[in-house]
Amino acid sequence: MYAQLVQTDGLKKPEEMSPEERAFQERIDRGEKIEPKEWMPEGYRKTLIRQIGQHAHSEIVGQLPEGNWITRAPTLERKAILLAKVQDEAGHGLYLYCAAETLGVSRDELMELLHRGKMKYSSIFNYPTLTWADMGAVGWLVDGAAIMNQVPLQRTSFGPYSRAMIRICKEESFHQRQGYAVMMKMCAGTPQQKAMAQDALNRLWYPSLMMFGPSDKDSVHSAQSMAWKIKMNTNDELRQKFVDQTVPQAEYLGLTIPDPELKWNEEKGGYDFSEPDWSEFFDVIAGNGPCNKDRLGARVKAWDDGAWFREGLVAHAEKAAARKAPLAAE
Amino acid sequence: MPSLPDMNTPDVAELAREAAAHSHHTEIPTPDVDQDAFLEFLLRLGDTTLILGHRVSEWCGHSPALEEDIALANVALDLIGQTQMWLGLAAEVEGKGRTADDLAYLRDAWDFRNLLLVERPNGDFGHTLMRQFLFDAWHFELLNALAASTDARVGEIAAKALKEVAYHLERSSDLVIRLGDGTEESNRRMREALEALWAYTGEMFTADEKDRAVAEAGIAPDPESLRAAWEATVRDVLEQATLAVPASTFAHKGGKRGVHTEHLGYILAEMQFLQRAYPGSSW
Amino acid sequence: MSKEWPLWEVFIRGQHGLNHRHVGSLHAPDAEMAINNARDVYTRRNEGVSIWVVPSAAITASSPSDKGPLFEPANSKVYRHPTFYDIPEEVGHM
Repeated sequence: MYAQLVQTDGLKKPEEMSPEERAFQERIDRGEKIEPKEWMPEGYRKTLIRQIGQHAHSEIVGQLPEGNWITRAPTLERKAILLAKVQDEAGHGLYLYCAAETLGVSRDELMELLHRGKMKYSSIFNYPTLTWADMGAVGWLVDGAAIMNQVPLQRTSFGPYSRAMIRICKEESFHQRQGYAVMMKMCAGTPQQKAMAQDALNRLWYPSLMMFGPSDKDSVHSAQSMAWKIKMNTNDELRQKFVDQTVPQAEYLGLTIPDPELKWNEEKGGYDFSEPDWSEFFDVIAGNGPCNKDRLGARVKAWDDGAWFREGLVAHAEKAAARKAPLAAE
Repeated sequence: MPSLPDMNTPDVAELAREAAAHSHHTEIPTPDVDQDAFLEFLLRLGDTTLILGHRVSEWCGHSPALEEDIALANVALDLIGQTQMWLGLAAEVEGKGRTADDLAYLRDAWDFRNLLLVERPNGDFGHTLMRQFLFDAWHFELLNALAASTDARVGEIAAKALKEVAYHLERSSDLVIRLGDGTEESNRRMREALEALWAYTGEMFTADEKDRAVAEAGIAPDPESLRAAWEATVRDVLEQATLAVPASTFAHKGGKRGVHTEHLGYILAEMQFLQRAYPGSSW
Repeated sequence: MSKEWPLWEVFIRGQHGLNHRHVGSLHAPDAEMAINNARDVYTRRNEGVSIWVVPSAAITASSPSDKGPLFEPANSKVYRHPTFYDIPEEVGHM
């Protein structure tokens, strides 16, 4: 998802665990929350830093594809809604960075890792937003996929992550709805608007399916994360749930999911559907998506151009504190 | 309708209801004033908040720190909200069945009446903050006066906007002071921004016959009457920021009568693109 | 890397007169800016009427390993809870 491909060590069996590790696992099994200053296995800490960090990076890089249309939103109300939504994403990034910081890494360090390409963000944000209908499709599909993952993560074992997710889910409630509302407007509009909506669905369908990450049937990495309750469902479970939820929504809009193989499977009580092209996914993850360079470039530029600003404020705060200090000493 | 996950907090629905309830003006008699002058006044204000809101929104996702990104988006959202009210009232006063969106999205540059100051490009973050401060200090005084307008609709909008703008001013003055009195580089950048923008401040205080007509009707203050309070704020803040008040009194003018800088055309080309490319569509 | 803005913990008192509650953290160069940032970050949806900010570094937390000694003794003092006492119904609400 927002933390596709977070790697962990293989799953340890109880007999391979140290007494601390076993006690730790038992606490998680009992549903207790792990808090920052408590003992935790190094692997748990590292995996969480990577996962929460990637999630945070995805939020702030995720501002860019939608931010791309703020200045072109077609009405004052749409402009305000879109701006408020993209602003929320900055907020979500902020909450998540703070959650990661409780694990002993600073936000600036995480930013540096992102800028140097040492940390990833969700592959979906490396796709371009080409028409206004993409503002609908991103809200509907991308936020829809994200919610699938974020709702269960409210129950994740790490306290600060869980609390951040609770706050995010509360705020997220309007995101998917506003996206779907844009789609409804487009689909009820002129033939051109409807064509635009179909085009957006065609382009964003498979990249949205990729958001859940490759199939994890045989993945030991995923098994460890699930044992630690920092991953709550398998990639395939969530992808299936997403497809099952989205197909009727597309039908309501009168849009066609771009998958000729898509059909209801009575036996499993879900849709059968085509896999995305995983070679494309790995290309995008490796940096060769349509927008990787632009997205990262924009983040690096914002950071570098803002250095003087951040430093200026620190310098002022230090001067002001120094001016106050002699008075306090008297 | 397919079911979407419902995670709305109850107060969101409540807030939406409240907002809807406030959006309907009751019929209030208009004071005796030349309607052209009244419309012109509303366009000058609504276009100014529209264009500044647009400029500020350009920063979303590109600010130097997450906290600033969020704060600036709040400023832009306030300005867009004010635009909806000012241009909504303008459309009502015009009485030709147009909406606030029609005015924002379907007029060309020569019909826009915004101050030149707000169409200036963002420049660096300090430039944006300096522009915001110079504007906020004026905007605050203007709204303060408008809250006592003889037109109840104007007074109501101004009273709501005043609360928002009081915070904008607090924030922008604070940042101008901090950056002026920060590092050598932040001081230099703020000084350069001040020098570049200064010549665009005079237009806020110039009056023509339309300004005088609305001032005589008690709808709005005489622009010149706002200058002393604005200068006092600016002098105070710049002094704390260790920045010298520029000596020049030269003022670029033209925005208020539709003669703009080249920048406005590009703003409109971008802002109005969808409405122009797909006329008659509903969004 | 230049000097990072320090981390602040944010506490907000909502509309209904309850205690300030911890809502999250943020970065700011000093306390005054932390208050402004908290207003912009944590009250976007009308959440509060009063803000406290505290440098994260200034918070002293109880040690997790003391959880047993610190909190478990309270478990046995059931007489502190009103439900411990049986009051006859005739007495009325108490």
